[in-house]
Amino acid sequence: MRSPILELQGITKAFGGVEALRGVDFALCAGEIHGLVGENGAGKSTLMKVIAGVHTEFSGRFLLDGHEAHFRSARDARAAGIAMVHQELSVVPDLSVAENVFLGQQPTNRFGLVQWRRMAREAGEQLKRLGIDVDPYSRLGDLPIGLQQLIEIARVLFSGARIVILDEPTSALSPPEVERLFATLRQLRDAGTGIVFISHFIEDILRVSDTVTVFRNGQKVAETAAAATTKGALIEAMIGRDGKALEHSYSDDLMLPPPNAGSVVLKVDQLTFARSLRAVSFEARAGEVLGIYGFMGCGQQELSRILFGKLKPDGGSLAVDGRRRTFGSTASARRAGIALVPESRRAMLFHQEPVYKNISISILERISSVLLKPARERAIAMRQVEQLQIRPPVVGLDLGMLSGGNQQKVALAKWLTYPPRLLVLCEPTRGMDVGAKNDVINIVRDLRAKGLAIIVLSTEPETVLSLADRIVVMKRGAVVREFANEAVSKDRLLEAA
Amino acid sequence: MASSETVPAGRKQGGLATFLRSQMRNIAPFLTLIFLSGFFAAASPSFATLDNLGNILTQVSVTGIIAVGLTFVILCAEIDLSIASIANVTGIAVAYFTMQESYVNIANFPMPGWVAVLLALVLCALLGVVNALGLTLIGIPSFIMTLAMMQIAAGISALLVRGQIAYKVPDVIATLGSGSIGGIPWIVIVAALMLLAGHLVLTYTRFGRYVYMVGGNREAAEYSGLNVNLILGSVMVIAAVCSGIGGMLGVAHFGSAQQNEFDSYLLDSIAAVVVGGTSLFGGRGGIGNTIVGLFVLGVLNNGLDHVNIDSFLKILIRGLILLAALVINVYAQRLRARTAE
Ligand SMILES: Nc1ncnc2c1ncn2[C@@H]1O[C@H](COP(=O)(O)OP(=O)(O)OP(=O)(O)O)[C@@H](O)[C@H]1O
Ligand SMILES: [Mg+2]
Repeated sequence: MRSPILELQGITKAFGGVEALRGVDFALCAGEIHGLVGENGAGKSTLMKVIAGVHTEFSGRFLLDGHEAHFRSARDARAAGIAMVHQELSVVPDLSVAENVFLGQQPTNRFGLVQWRRMAREAGEQLKRLGIDVDPYSRLGDLPIGLQQLIEIARVLFSGARIVILDEPTSALSPPEVERLFATLRQLRDAGTGIVFISHFIEDILRVSDTVTVFRNGQKVAETAAAATTKGALIEAMIGRDGKALEHSYSDDLMLPPPNAGSVVLKVDQLTFARSLRAVSFEARAGEVLGIYGFMGCGQQELSRILFGKLKPDGGSLAVDGRRRTFGSTASARRAGIALVPESRRAMLFHQEPVYKNISISILERISSVLLKPARERAIAMRQVEQLQIRPPVVGLDLGMLSGGNQQKVALAKWLTYPPRLLVLCEPTRGMDVGAKNDVINIVRDLRAKGLAIIVLSTEPETVLSLADRIVVMKRGAVVREFANEAVSKDRLLEAA
Repeated sequence: MASSETVPAGRKQGGLATFLRSQMRNIAPFLTLIFLSGFFAAASPSFATLDNLGNILTQVSVTGIIAVGLTFVILCAEIDLSIASIANVTGIAVAYFTMQESYVNIANFPMPGWVAVLLALVLCALLGVVNALGLTLIGIPSFIMTLAMMQIAAGISALLVRGQIAYKVPDVIATLGSGSIGGIPWIVIVAALMLLAGHLVLTYTRFGRYVYMVGGNREAAEYSGLNVNLILGSVMVIAAVCSGIGGMLGVAHFGSAQQNEFDSYLLDSIAAVVVGGTSLFGGRGGIGNTIVGLFVLGVLNNGLDHVNIDSFLKILIRGLILLAALVINVYAQRLRARTAE
């Protein structure tokens, strides 16, 4: 084995007395893809931020090419050839695709002017390598979130860095996009780049990595060659107990239950929206989880926004409990008993506010008429934090200090104190570890038992299969297939989409 | 890259540093205030006197009243450039509806005092509603919308006074603007009460929480099912009404109502809010910050009169202080964002 280009020894990092990393050793070689797994809050992102110069205060030794290094900023790290795709999207929605690909390093001519045409051409070429065909001049914010993520990945992959860190890059990608990403990663590896790859999809980790490291509670608990381990073994190392129960593959047929007799809560009729939705009709019933599956860009995202009054449909109608509704705002949808958890955490959480304010914001009306009741808010938040096992269980902490997966739980917790009539969940388990995914599955089942109508929209077949009683498949803005009371499997879903 | 020692992950040190960093926007304006006060007290014996404190309070009162509403707007990450014009037109309107002396050459509509005040309040609220509708229904950025309103309000003022000056305002306004009780000017009391009310609303009410949340992350507020447009509209109306009140009392305070009387108050109010540390990006700050900002400006303006300084240089100095405050404001936002990463 070659000697490592990057070596960390005994890294300890604390946030105000809480140790997120405890004496972690980590090494990365050139020409290696290093997979990193661990539960939510295990410290994966924290370690990567240490490497990428985001966190600059920590103890332990940091060796780059065998020499001690100390970065004062992410800029230092970039100058030393380390680039990172963060778990949270950090693209600039108001800039063009090309500008985002070249963010911070736009090609200029000798007068210091940006070479627009060259930038657009090169951006287009790089994106093609990832299989993306998009106008480099289009505004990034107008693209679906999966594409935005790919563009951010492209920026980092093609920045010429020799150490590339990808923190959960695939959570918003469709299977073909993941394949192309992996092909590109292998090419870069063969060209000598050292790559760290974090994911909660253990199959992906096993498929693409050479080495796998497992984190638990801020410590490294295992490091093995990917070829020498199994999914079960990794899960066991992650959660510290037997992981068999959490290991599902969904490749076999799964029997959907017979249609349930609950009343129709939502009826969607001939909904159309720009070029994204074409005459979409379906129903959601009380006490039933309706899964809506489709590839990125199939119109799911627009559909969920219309249901919550964020977008106005061009045609068609919505009826809630038999009454026709047109929503002028998200507030009117909420009052009609509809709740939405969008796929992007950033879109629905307040990072600079404490956890309890994040949880109480949607239900303040029910808690207080004029004056706030902070004690009551905290108590309600605490109950949700305990129920969803959000870590750390401190409701006064700023939300931004929680790990990605725990933030996702807070997004869900917002709606659970006073359950709505219809709960719309977009990618509810994205970014969650196996244990937390299971928790979410249980919560959703609980809510279903309470008689809520639930719609789960996802681009991951596993998510839909693990939650839904009935599945609608969408393709290019139209409903193409419905699975009810019959056998279904991952392959059949992929085939239909 | 040279080698360097690693920093121990000390608990207290990390905690305190983080705390100080996150409080930067509150601490910096306060230190500025203490520094300026100390400086002027040392430079001039007439500065640090009770009398002069009274002067400063009176001098910042009108700005303070206007700044209450503006604080709401800036907390929502919007801006209102029409506040001074609305103050002006409301002050003129209240005089317009009051019987003037015969030598004042204005075709006005005398009304009973309370009707005049009511009409003036309705006028400024209406202008606020127009701002609100432009911002929310049509979607004009507040910067542009209120720039237009600045002209519109100035236009109405011009039509009402036609270049003349009115002097009389209803008795209650005259008292509140220029009277005093127990040696304390009423206008200072009104300003204090309005600042207090603003603070209570922002800190202890549901509406106040919504203002902070909308300013902190508008998209998230919308996805939480808040009626963002209603909240934005409300703050625009609040700003207009506060400006209107400031305008009426200001007219009484100055003893006359005329065109362009309030022009300097636009910058002063924005400066007070921003110098105090309320984030231009929304969601951070509050009335407490605005009060500190008011005092910084008040001490600065007043203190520069006490030391012998070229009055043209004063303008430059104020500009530099404002620039420094803006730098701190933007910098504090960045530190804060990094701490919460
Ligand atoms: N800026 C911060 N301030 C305070 N605590 C933090 C901060 N960032 C992370 N933490 C804490 O450090 C721990 C590790 O977080 P980290 O983000 O590294 O987890 P992770 O392994 O990436 O989890 P996930 O899979 O959910 O993304 C968590 O307990 C988290 O709450
Ligand atoms: Mg993470």
